[in-house]
Amino acid sequence: MRLEPIANPSALRRFGLPALALAATVIAASLLALIAGADPFATLGLILEGAAGSRFALLETLNRATPLIFTGLAVAVAFRAKLWNIGAEAQLYAGAIVTVVFGMTSWGVAWLQLPIIAALAVAAGALVLLGPVILKTRFGVDEVVTTLLLNFVMLLFVSYLVEGPMKDPAGMGWPKSVPVAKDLRLPRLIEGLRLHWGFGIALIAAVLVWLIETRTVLGYRMRAVGQNPQAARFAGIPVNRVLVQTALISGGLAALAGFSEVAGLKGHLSRDLSPGFGYTGIIVAMLALLNPLGVVLSALFVAGVFVGADSMSRAAGVPTYIADILLALSLLFMVLAISLTHRRVVWR
Amino acid sequence: MSQPEVLRLDRISKRFGALLANDDLSLALRAGEVVALLGENGAGKTTLMNVLFGQYVADGGTITAFGQPLPPGNPRAALAAGIGMVHQHFTLADHLTVLENILLGTRSLWSLSLDLRAARVRVVALADQFGLAVDPDARVGSLSVGERQRVEILKALYRDARILILDEPTAVLTPQEADALFATLRKMVADGLSVIFISHKLHEVMAIADRCLVLRHGKMVGDVATGHTSPDALAAMMVGGEVQRPKVAVGVAGPALMRLEAVTTPDREGAPGLKAATLSLHAGQITGIAGVSGNGQAALSDILSGLAAPASGRLLLGEAPAPARWTPAGALSAGVGRIPEDRHKTGTIADFTLTENAVLETHARAPFSRRGWMDWRAAADHARAIITKYDVRCPGPEARIRLLSGGNMQKLILGRVLEAAPGVILANQPVRGLDIGAIAYVHGQLLAARDRGAAVLLISEDLDEVMQLSDVIHVMSEGRLSPPLPRGAATMAELGLWMAGEGFDHAA
Repeated sequence: MRLEPIANPSALRRFGLPALALAATVIAASLLALIAGADPFATLGLILEGAAGSRFALLETLNRATPLIFTGLAVAVAFRAKLWNIGAEAQLYAGAIVTVVFGMTSWGVAWLQLPIIAALAVAAGALVLLGPVILKTRFGVDEVVTTLLLNFVMLLFVSYLVEGPMKDPAGMGWPKSVPVAKDLRLPRLIEGLRLHWGFGIALIAAVLVWLIETRTVLGYRMRAVGQNPQAARFAGIPVNRVLVQTALISGGLAALAGFSEVAGLKGHLSRDLSPGFGYTGIIVAMLALLNPLGVVLSALFVAGVFVGADSMSRAAGVPTYIADILLALSLLFMVLAISLTHRRVVWR
Repeated sequence: MSQPEVLRLDRISKRFGALLANDDLSLALRAGEVVALLGENGAGKTTLMNVLFGQYVADGGTITAFGQPLPPGNPRAALAAGIGMVHQHFTLADHLTVLENILLGTRSLWSLSLDLRAARVRVVALADQFGLAVDPDARVGSLSVGERQRVEILKALYRDARILILDEPTAVLTPQEADALFATLRKMVADGLSVIFISHKLHEVMAIADRCLVLRHGKMVGDVATGHTSPDALAAMMVGGEVQRPKVAVGVAGPALMRLEAVTTPDREGAPGLKAATLSLHAGQITGIAGVSGNGQAALSDILSGLAAPASGRLLLGEAPAPARWTPAGALSAGVGRIPEDRHKTGTIADFTLTENAVLETHARAPFSRRGWMDWRAAADHARAIITKYDVRCPGPEARIRLLSGGNMQKLILGRVLEAAPGVILANQPVRGLDIGAIAYVHGQLLAARDRGAAVLLISEDLDEVMQLSDVIHVMSEGRLSPPLPRGAATMAELGLWMAGEGFDHAA
């Protein structure tokens, strides 16, 4: 077999293949459930029900999607410019640390203090990515390595903080930080529903990033640098400056995930604040083909699978790891579907 | 016509969407024959050869090689039948030696032995027989373009190719290298091999081919013996009418718009930098740079485009020195228009639309953007204007530029540059790989820009092109520039001596 390129794929190809990928994921998941000794239909039903079957489940999914939208956007923006930011996890924690530091004492004017904290968190996340990007543009250091390793540095730093200077004296020995002030918790998006404003901010961020990428000079330059840095440089685009600007946006977005988790959900900093939201953001961004609006949908999908699998696991006794396998498979099938959108297989 | 027929393509058709790239094409090739396949860009030459070589599956038609039908869509079958192809862009591994490249793919993946000695004997014998001098142990990465082409041909011969397809083989060669290639081809046909020679350089075709097949818009419009035709007749067949060649009048020199005074730049990646190069670009003149490629043309081009600043010496814009931080953006705002050497890698962004490519250099200015926001409607209008004015054949401004032929891509770049009304124009290999119609068009536009008062710097490996268009010629050799030679002051032979590096010692 060989692959032949298709210049203009048909609509059937462009929408049918991803749908097929989804179907293949479902079938694969059924087989996994079967292997685990459960009824596949019941298992899938339970996942679906756990993700969206009730108001509680749906809100849980939306809450879980919130940090994933932020990290997904962070990765999507960076990858668009071929800046391989694998460090959204570190930038998330930078945002979380700043949120606790500036949020543990209330100034009594929450409407002013919260935006300031958010801005400082963004700045912190941007700063964390600034180092690797300067090493890249000045000395050609591979940012995959530096951003990835910074994740571990940051996690150890968080451990130090929550065991040491920021430890909550009232925490009964648990390694967690002092809480943020009561009045600085993000308000609910809709009164009476357990969904905080972080989700709203995430949606706004997605639209803003989409506007930046498609409508602004910076977005055009980011795409140009990502597609062909040589041509971009020749055309007078300051490639290194664009990369730095991209890094600032990307790091800032990831930090908002930390801000939103602390101020909206947990109320304090701990080592398990993020169960790998930074890494999962890569899956979210790839599934969305780096499209900022697509990131919202793929974050909802990924969050739904996690939340649904948790609930299914409690009910059916199938290990919750099925969620990770499901996501991995869906990504593989989706990448395959995307690759086949622009190529046709020729059997001879 | 006593020679047996070795290859027959019968009623081949291939459609890409709405485009009928090959429309019912038939072709027969005899042993010991050189057939030239002529046609403008997009006429269907490359598609037909890709069908023959199994890269594409034809929608209709059959292929017979040496009396046996060839299964469609199988490059291995074509290879096994004795058909070899040398692509325009070589398919060699830079880090392997010549011998390893030739052997690549000839052995089973699981075979444990690699009989290099026997292979080397055979490669050396083939090289001797056909005059393809190349060191079998040299790394391909260290070879010149001409040598790499010889490796490609050896690779095909090593696999017992009896039919050799050469796609634009002389596009990358110096005149001397092209002559050597022709000598090889003559030895091959004397030995009974057959050659399909794809080109649009008509004087070469007249020199090497026995027969010419002419394609236009996917159809076969001519099949003539070379002895019974002329370059003009072939050109008319290719474009479907008389070819308008631009008339070159002498330019009227105005003031110097850009000057290099003893500019030196460092060598890099084996290519020489400039060595105390002095050059004046005058309004209303085309200044031609002749020379074998790789003699500092890239360094000169980098200075004009703003990619490099002089390490020593001075760069003057009019009477004022160029800004100390000399960048591509600076060059653009100083009114330098740049047509880069590589339109695929440097001139355009393949997956960007025509609109996005049309504003690559001007996107940060009104009307294409205001306060950081793009105005895509203004950009699309601009692209549409270029498409109309410069006759860019394309599906529309929202099409990706990678779908365009080289000629149409170049027309878009030309439009992008000329619409900015530059005072100085750098044209680095502006017609490389283009067909007759596109070449005449690009040359006409450069002459028109000159007549409007622009100072044009034309860098080309094609001595004919330089001599035809230039009002003043400098010859480049190892980073040095000869003194200016006015139009008609030097013969081709004299320019050749400068190109070989003679005369510089007296001048310096």
